Amino acid sequence: MIPRTVPTVLARGPLGPLRTGRPWRAVGYLLSGGLFAAIVYVGLGGLLAAPIGLVSRVVCGLLMVAFAVALAGPFENRRLALVVPGLPRPPDTWRTVGYGAVSVLAVGWADLAVVLVSLGIPGGLLLTPFQPAAAPWQTVAGPVAGALLLPVAAWPIGAWATARATVARAVLAPRDHELREVVRSRARLVDAFETERRRIERDLHDGAQQRLVALTMKLGLATLALPPGSEAAKEVGEAHGLAKEALAELRELIRGVHPQVLTERGLPAAVRDIAGRSPIPVDLDVDVPGRLPPAVESTAYFVAAEGLSNMAKHSGAGRGRIAARVHDGVLRVDIEDDGAGGAAPGPGTGLVGLADRIAAADGRMLLSSPPGGPTLLRAEIPCRPCNSPSVS
Amino acid sequence: MPSVQQPLRIVIAEDAVLLREGLVHLLGRFGHRVPAAVGDGPGLLAAAREHRPDLVIADVRMPPGFTDEGLRAARRLQAGQPDLAVLVLSQYVEQTFAEELLEDRRAGAGMGYLLKERIGDVEEFADAVARVAAGATVVDPEVVRQLLARRRDPLTRLTPREREVLALMAEGRSNAAIARRLVVTEAAVAKHIAGILLKLDLPPDAPDDHRRVLAVLAYLRA
Repeated sequence: MIPRTVPTVLARGPLGPLRTGRPWRAVGYLLSGGLFAAIVYVGLGGLLAAPIGLVSRVVCGLLMVAFAVALAGPFENRRLALVVPGLPRPPDTWRTVGYGAVSVLAVGWADLAVVLVSLGIPGGLLLTPFQPAAAPWQTVAGPVAGALLLPVAAWPIGAWATARATVARAVLAPRDHELREVVRSRARLVDAFETERRRIERDLHDGAQQRLVALTMKLGLATLALPPGSEAAKEVGEAHGLAKEALAELRELIRGVHPQVLTERGLPAAVRDIAGRSPIPVDLDVDVPGRLPPAVESTAYFVAAEGLSNMAKHSGAGRGRIAARVHDGVLRVDIEDDGAGGAAPGPGTGLVGLADRIAAADGRMLLSSPPGGPTLLRAEIPCRPCNSPSVS
Repeated sequence: MPSVQQPLRIVIAEDAVLLREGLVHLLGRFGHRVPAAVGDGPGLLAAAREHRPDLVIADVRMPPGFTDEGLRAARRLQAGQPDLAVLVLSQYVEQTFAEELLEDRRAGAGMGYLLKERIGDVEEFADAVARVAAGATVVDPEVVRQLLARRRDPLTRLTPREREVLALMAEGRSNAAIARRLVVTEAAVAKHIAGILLKLDLPPDAPDDHRRVLAVLAYLRA
């Protein structure tokens, strides 16, 4: 259904509006806001006249206004839906409070005035028969004029209510709405890639790798069965070597796609594995609680792998260190070395790719690498379902 | 023709059918008997209790959970039969598995931890099987390499040759095997080992291969 606003309804003809609920809702919208403000001011007036000390009156008055302001924002948010489409998500607190203050202290009066004036004139005419001073023709003409003017009141009320609610909605609507959607869809994409990588890893493992192991075994046995030094033994021996190379390459490929040790044993075991293969000795200080969400584990592993590979290629370091901790729902991975420093993320470098990958997980990368070293690469990856380790 | 070794009774647990059948075939070629080859942890427990084998070869990861069922089953079997030799096969190096096996290892019972792809080097694999069955400790070279790669100050005191010897020791090789591998005399190997033990502050020990290995690995893990 296309939501109809008051102006489109008004444009349908003189009596059109009254056949819909729109004008009535507009009245309800303006009266609820206006009466709310009126109640606050009546209360304040009563307070000023109360037989209590000046300080008490001021304090109570301020408390009352603060309470009314705090209430007005959320109330406005609900009332909006009477006239314009409601907000998809609650607005942030400070904008709600600010709008509440404007609504109670200023605009509420205008709402009330528009309703009273617009309805007051036809209302007064309708009531002429009850006026003792009215001439006989007036007791007839007054109600007729009032009945004709009443629908006209729908115009100012509807127009004001719509303008007022549109402004309110624009003020209260969350600013970061679209941005959030993008981040969420990117996170979904990262998760989808992650799932796909795991599937490929599993397929390669259960299929190609097992077959290649079986093949190398068969070829190994065949070599033994052939007379040593014969042409056939040489050929089969070479085939055996090729099969073993293929197996080693496949293992590296699987590790690049998604290492099995990460899938099955988690981040600490996977980092230990990759650090163990680093040509530079690496100290490990990885302490994370249980298993982390797959996308987080995968990103953190990629950080460690890329960090170690950069260290080996460029740093000239004598030793390195990897530390990982979860704190306040953020996984922090530090990769340090005592090398030459001077690492800078430039176009096409591994560091930019790394930063992209971390950003896709909604995290950020920090780098400190002054010329002369040392280098510290830090990744901070939000990890909402993670439990922070208990202090021990 | 492959040399026929001391015939052993071996129970295999491996969930990939191709590999399981290949293993049965391979072990048969080296003169061993395989009374049962199963595909999961509970099957391994039942088969080993029924057949009382000399050696169990188990894949770490098997149904139903695909985590470490093979390892769990093998360790339960060893708890009930302390002299049972166990050779565990794994797709990848998981140091905690190796360490767990080494820590709980009982005196006299052989233990092995190898990557699956070592099966392809059939003679070396058969050699490892025989050594584990004879009570030795066999650790995959990759595990040893990763343990050595971790920075340990005392290890920096070793010469490169001594590190090589230490790595081979940790794999469970005898002095003679190390000498052959490095193409040096056995006396030279003995000299290197004495140097290693001295530099690592390990007291001179009885010439017992796997105790030596355990001492070294325990030291590396510390």
